[in-house]
Amino acid sequence: MSNLRDALESGKFGITAEMAPPKGFDFSEPLEAAELLRGKVHAVNVTDMQSASLKASGLGLCVKLKQAGIDPILQVTGRDRNRMAIMGDILSAASFGIDTMLALTGDHPIVGDCQDAKPVYDLDSVGILKMLTKMEQTGCDCGGNELAGGAPKFYKGAAVTPVYEPIFLQINKLRQKVESGAMYIQTQGIFDLDTFKKFLDMVDMMGIKTHIMAGIIPLKSAGMAKYMNENVPGIDVPQHMIDRLAAAAAEGKEKGVKGLPMQLGIEMAAEMIARIRDEHLCDGVHIMAIGAEKNVPTILDKAGITI
Amino acid sequence: MIITQKKPIEEVMAMVGDAKTVAIIGCGSCATACQTGGEAQIAELTTVLEQAGKKVVATTVADYCCMSLGVRGKMKPLVAAKPDCVITMSCGDGVQCVAKNAGNIPVYPSNNTMYLGEAVRFGVWEEACHLCGDCVLGQTGAVCPITQCAKSLVNGPCGGQKNGKCEVNPENDCAWIKIYKRLEATGQLEKLTETREDKGYSKVSYPRTISLRGKK
Repeated sequence: MSNLRDALESGKFGITAEMAPPKGFDFSEPLEAAELLRGKVHAVNVTDMQSASLKASGLGLCVKLKQAGIDPILQVTGRDRNRMAIMGDILSAASFGIDTMLALTGDHPIVGDCQDAKPVYDLDSVGILKMLTKMEQTGCDCGGNELAGGAPKFYKGAAVTPVYEPIFLQINKLRQKVESGAMYIQTQGIFDLDTFKKFLDMVDMMGIKTHIMAGIIPLKSAGMAKYMNENVPGIDVPQHMIDRLAAAAAEGKEKGVKGLPMQLGIEMAAEMIARIRDEHLCDGVHIMAIGAEKNVPTILDKAGITI
Repeated sequence: MIITQKKPIEEVMAMVGDAKTVAIIGCGSCATACQTGGEAQIAELTTVLEQAGKKVVATTVADYCCMSLGVRGKMKPLVAAKPDCVITMSCGDGVQCVAKNAGNIPVYPSNNTMYLGEAVRFGVWEEACHLCGDCVLGQTGAVCPITQCAKSLVNGPCGGQKNGKCEVNPENDCAWIKIYKRLEATGQLEKLTETREDKGYSKVSYPRTISLRGKK
C-alpha cells in the first residue's frame, strides 16, 4: 500500500521529498541520499527529467528505491511519452510494487538540454490522470482492450502553481485534475504564507476536495532566490527573505564562516513547515531540496516533524 | 494561407547541380503574398541561375500551384521547353502538384513550407492553425490552443508561463491566458469549466484524402 495514501487518508501530516535520477547510470549518489530520508518521509518523489534536462528515467530510480524499502513516487510527464509509453511504464512500475504517482505536463524540450527532441504531449497532466482512472475503472488499456489480470491501482497526484495570474486558470485546471482522479496535490515552492492562504481559500471556495501538500524549496543563497524569481514560473520569493540571505552572506564573509545563507535557508524552510503544520494550513509538505537532499532530515528535525 | 520561406540559395543551387537548363514555376496565391513565389522572385532566381551559367528556358506563374487542373495547363509549355529540371516556387503541396505534371523531369523546391497562418501586417505572418482535424475554436474563444500553446494543451495552461509569456518562447503570449481574456470579453468564461473529451490522434493519421465524390 502507498505510504503516502496511508498518511494522507488517515489525516496525518504528509511529508515527501523530491529527488532526481542521475545524469548517467551510476545510481549510488541518489540512493545514498535516499538512505538519509529513510523513516523521515512518507515517500520519495522521483522527478521525470525536470526542466527537460536529460537524466536516467525515473522508473529506474523508483525501482531501486522500492527494492531498498523506501516508498517512491513515480513522476510521469507527457513531454516525451505518448499514452502507450506512459501506460506501459505504469504497468511495469506496478509490477515492482510501485503504487504512487504524480502526473505532470512536463517542461518543454526547448527549455532543456536536448533541444532537438520531439515534444510529445499526447496527454497533459489531466489526460494522464483520466487515462489511469479509466484504466482502473474498466480494467482496460488506453485502446479499450482488456488488461491481463486487471488494472493496477495507483495513488495519483498532480501539481498546482498557487502564484499565478489569472489564478482562475490554475484553480480550474486543479479542479479538472481532482475530478480526473488526483487524490493529492503538491504545489510549486511557496515562500509567502499569506498568498498561500488566499490560494487555499479559493480552492475551498471552488469546492475542490483534495489533499494539498505545500511545496517547500530550501533557499541556498540570495542569488538562488533572485534567479528563481526571474526564471522559474510560479516562484515569488519575498524581498525580505532575499535581504536576510544577503545579510547572512555578508555576516559569513565578515566572520570568515562559510554556509551561513544555506543554514538560514534551512531555518526558514523549517519555520515555514512548522507554521503550516501548527496552523493546519494544508495536509502536508513536499520538500524540493534541488540537490541538497542531505539537508532534508535537518529541516524536518528543526521543524519538529516526524512521520 | 500557407506561409513559405525561401531556402538558402546554396541549397537550391545544390539541387540544380549539373543541370544546364532550368524552368521555373511560381504560385500566384500564397507564395506571391509571402514574396517567395511571385513574378519578382522568379526574376530574382532567374538572374542567380544565369549568373551561375544556367539557361532559364521557361517561366510561368500558376494561379494556385495546389490546383492540379490549372497546374497541368501551365506545365505544358514548361515541359515542351525540355528543361533539365523545374524549380517550383510555392509551398510543398505546389511542388508535388507540379511534379505530377512534369513527366520525367526532376522538380525541386525553392522554399521551405512553414505553417498555416495569417498576414497580420505587410511582411509579417503568424502561425494560426495546425490542421488538427477536430476544431476546438468554438470552446476556446477562437484562439487555437493546438497552435498557440507550444505544448498544444487542451485542458488549460501548464505552470510554465512567466508574466503572461510562454516558457518556450518569451516573445509569445501564453495561449491559455489569451483564451481566458477572450472568453472573459465575450462573457463565456463558463466554457473553461466544460469537460473536454480527449480528441485522440486517430483523426490525423496521414496521408488523408477528402472527397465529395464518394471516391478518391
